[in-house]
Amino acid sequence: MSDFKLDANAKYAKTHEWVRMEDGVAVVGISDAAQDMMSDVVFVELPEVGSQVSAGDQVAVVESVKAAEDVNAPVSGEIVEVNSDLEDEPEQVNTDPYGAWFFKVKPGGDLDAELAALMSPEEYDAFVDEEGH
Amino acid sequence: MQRTRLYETHVAMGGRMVDFAGWELPVQYPTGPSVEHQAVRTAAGLFDIDHMGQFELTGPDADAYLQHIQVHDVDQMEPWDAHYSLLLYADGTIVDDIFLYRLPDRWFIAVNAGNRAKDFAWMQAHTTGFDVELTDVSEETYMMALQGPKAEMILQRLTDADLDAVATRTALRAEVAGVPALLGRTGYTGEDGFELYLPADDAVEVWKRILDAGKDDGLLPCGLAARDSLRFEACMPLYGHEIDATINPVEARLGWAVGWNTDFIGRDAAFKVKLEKSKRLLIGFEMVDKGVPREHYEIAGDGEIIGYVTTGMKSPTLGKFLGMGYVPRAYIKIGTPIDIMVRGKPRRAKVVKRPFYKPRYK
Repeated sequence: MSDFKLDANAKYAKTHEWVRMEDGVAVVGISDAAQDMMSDVVFVELPEVGSQVSAGDQVAVVESVKAAEDVNAPVSGEIVEVNSDLEDEPEQVNTDPYGAWFFKVKPGGDLDAELAALMSPEEYDAFVDEEGH
Repeated sequence: MQRTRLYETHVAMGGRMVDFAGWELPVQYPTGPSVEHQAVRTAAGLFDIDHMGQFELTGPDADAYLQHIQVHDVDQMEPWDAHYSLLLYADGTIVDDIFLYRLPDRWFIAVNAGNRAKDFAWMQAHTTGFDVELTDVSEETYMMALQGPKAEMILQRLTDADLDAVATRTALRAEVAGVPALLGRTGYTGEDGFELYLPADDAVEVWKRILDAGKDDGLLPCGLAARDSLRFEACMPLYGHEIDATINPVEARLGWAVGWNTDFIGRDAAFKVKLEKSKRLLIGFEMVDKGVPREHYEIAGDGEIIGYVTTGMKSPTLGKFLGMGYVPRAYIKIGTPIDIMVRGKPRRAKVVKRPFYKPRYK
């Protein structure tokens, strides 16, 4: 088991995004392991509300003291909301990774297949362990 | 990869070890770089900088030799004085930046980790005709830095020497935690503080004693990330970033460090650049648009690529997105608009005054 926190209600991408379905909308952020790898987050660039995205598209950017990293859309659909609080307080990504969501996607693709392609918390935990983080 | 004697200590303290110039060193501790940075600005931070190299220079021609191979006027230095300096190639570009200490019986020279072998070979090659002995004492000498407004108070608890009497950029020999050390009131963070040179065998003990002495005063062990952001805010150059073998001191705005009336290798070439006014100069800039400037990003002016970023980040102390970079002389005036190419997109920035953070020496 890794030392990182997990959200039991979320699914995880290999690129370290988490996605949580809330009232039919996919809420997306980055995992505790991802924020820990990045170190102190200083900047977040969010997508435009209304834009159409496909699963795997790079749609946001998170920048830490170390580097700039892409944040990808784990599911396809329309960006219906972004968390603009993160623009003023990007450090929330470090302190509360599963509360500090980046954007919400209203699914427009084959949601079941896209979610099935993601990892469960247990699988992601093993994946992070294996990656050596 | 080389490890310092504090490697196990860093790991035990949760240090995140990375490769830096061939050394495995902590880039941060669990507190994180922003908190470590803040500790140095408001209290104190302790840095393992043993990767840096140290040379000793002795011999009847030591002063004349040193005047020949580096840019500072060493006649201006009294015993126990310390000073920043540069080694230049004959074409005026930079071999390395160094710190000189004039001790009563010898010179002591601190150099960058990544340049240690190169510097020693270069300095050794220029000893011809001088009766000097140059020795690399890096292995037996341990270097750590205690920096911040509370550094003196904390270190005073471990030594009988009167640290209040030690002026900025001077040194003394004293026992610290019972260990004989050379203490320089020097550093590379923009804060008051000390750099300690001590026997390598005592490093672990002294490190622990200093941390213990400052634990109630906000002293934190600090990693490479905080060291970089601290020197960046004070606009101190870092070799491989602001300065290298393609840059001369005038371009890097290090003319203040050069004793132009002395004769040293590279002097004529560097002076020519000074007289003719260099085509490019190092600037400081602040982002106007949102975006994080980073090293190697291109700088654009009037729609053309005109230069590049040498260091950029969100300044932990000022909260602004700041950078340094090289641009043509036409773009150096304070307030001049420039664009930083952030992941391929132009983001507006403006030239601002350097340093971003005014050093607070005693």
